[in-house]
Amino acid sequence: MAAVPFAPVSHPSAASLISARGLTKRFGDFTAVDAIDFDVAPGESFGFLGPNGAGKTSTMRMIGCVSPISGGTLRVLGLDPAADGRRIRAQLGVVPQQDNLDTELTVRENLLIYARYFEIGGPDARRRADELLEFVQLADRAESEVEPLSGGLKRRLTIARALINDPTLILLDEPTTGLDPQARHLLWERLYQLKRRGATLVLTTHYMDEAEQLCDRLVVMDQAKIVAEGSPRELIERHVTREVLELRLPADDQAPLDGRFDGLEPLVERVEQRPDRVLLYTSDGEAAVERIHERGVRPESALIRRASLEDVFLRLTGRTLVD
Amino acid sequence: MTGLTAAQPGMRVLQRNLWVYRRTWRGSIFTSFLTPVLFLLAMGLGLGALVNQGAGAGGFGGVTYLAFLAPGLMAGSAMQTAAFESSFPIMARIQWRRNYEAMLATPLRVRDLLVGELGYIGFRLLTTAGVFFLVMLAFGVVRSPLAPLSVPAAVLTGYAFSPLIVAFSATQKGDTTGFNMLFRFVIMPLYLFSGSFFPIEQLPGALQALAWLTPLYNGVALTRGLVLGTAEPLTAMAHTAVLVAYAGLGLALARRNLGRRMVG
Repeated sequence: MAAVPFAPVSHPSAASLISARGLTKRFGDFTAVDAIDFDVAPGESFGFLGPNGAGKTSTMRMIGCVSPISGGTLRVLGLDPAADGRRIRAQLGVVPQQDNLDTELTVRENLLIYARYFEIGGPDARRRADELLEFVQLADRAESEVEPLSGGLKRRLTIARALINDPTLILLDEPTTGLDPQARHLLWERLYQLKRRGATLVLTTHYMDEAEQLCDRLVVMDQAKIVAEGSPRELIERHVTREVLELRLPADDQAPLDGRFDGLEPLVERVEQRPDRVLLYTSDGEAAVERIHERGVRPESALIRRASLEDVFLRLTGRTLVD
Repeated sequence: MTGLTAAQPGMRVLQRNLWVYRRTWRGSIFTSFLTPVLFLLAMGLGLGALVNQGAGAGGFGGVTYLAFLAPGLMAGSAMQTAAFESSFPIMARIQWRRNYEAMLATPLRVRDLLVGELGYIGFRLLTTAGVFFLVMLAFGVVRSPLAPLSVPAAVLTGYAFSPLIVAFSATQKGDTTGFNMLFRFVIMPLYLFSGSFFPIEQLPGALQALAWLTPLYNGVALTRGLVLGTAEPLTAMAHTAVLVAYAGLGLALARRNLGRRMVG
């Protein structure tokens, strides 16, 4: 695969909350993160988009100062995780991929004890816990055990817990994986609120809609490397067309495309055949539909949609994000 | 800055365990307090009546079987408490419930987790041994003004095991096979053959030498010497040194293994 060009990252700046140069993580012979460069500015929502195994979680663990780096340099809040892990972690809020709430304590106790880990105690901790329970809409479950809570409620509690120390930087690893659509939307809305208040969010996701909803800027990771960087809109403009025409062909018409879609340039920039459908990348979906009708192609269905990060990922790696 | 002012952040982990214990202590009464007392009644009084007629007090250094057995059980149950608290709950916090992962995302470090866990286990050992000491007082087996020192001696006996077993737990991959082996092939034989129930002089020579090396034998001998007033200062110091050595070795291994497990 050819290297995908993207704007070179500027030199580390003192204003960056996170700055990584050649950041590498190896486990024995396996390279989980391969010399990546990125910067996260204050107030920014920054995403790592990529399929499972791309190196997103390893990167997050290094930023979270729980996994030593194997190479390169990393500065978090201007400090070196190897030397100042405690000082950095004191200012981080971490939402892990898998819930690790304290199931032997109640909802409120989870926040209170977490406050104690940050040496926040007494009235401060109680006030903060109550505010956060309100914020994630769990106030009425404060005295509940954790175990009977649904996945979405547990996730909200995990986010409240991550905010207990009023963090400068919030790390969210796959924040909505495994949640139903309603729970995801509520969570996104809460995270959007945080963003509006000026919080700096760093998140990983393999959902392109999540990245589009939450990220000001993101890097696309694949096989331990960063393959593209930019805002969701920039990435789409740079790597794919504005619209995508999705055609489903009848079951008895799955033969090779035999040139049926050839010669549609410049209207159709690129044709992608997927197992169950054909994608036509085009600046004008309506016009493309007309043209293929003229050619006598009779699809079962034709859907014109806006191009998404999923298409960017497919274009860059030849694979889909979630299979 | 939050999180960095504490002299001993490990106390927060201890506090967390005490919050949980506040809710679960009733369940621990049976295993920690009643079981050893039932053993004392059944064996010390029931079996002891027969033993005293047979071997006579001569076999037990001039005391009744009950008086011989009681401090042995005190040290033995300290080992049991330490072994239990250092195995399944630690595994749970590493893997099943993932508490350590959550704690390590805060200013807490691996060493703080160990301080907190060992602090909590110390609390469990102290209360268990303390109650058992009161039971011994009630049964009239305490014969020495030094006897209250048997409580710290029992705690130290527990500590000879606890960090070593925490170190072992940190290497376990989430199933209970390793723990089942530990309890069946290490803890139970030690409990039976380290001098709690009968003098190790009854063991064949090779096993006797082996028993001297075990932490539990040293713990039993120390505790018994203090309760019955038979402790020689030098022997008592030797027993203490063996227990401290096991605790120190365990601490180094626990720190290494838990670090490898949690930070990678």
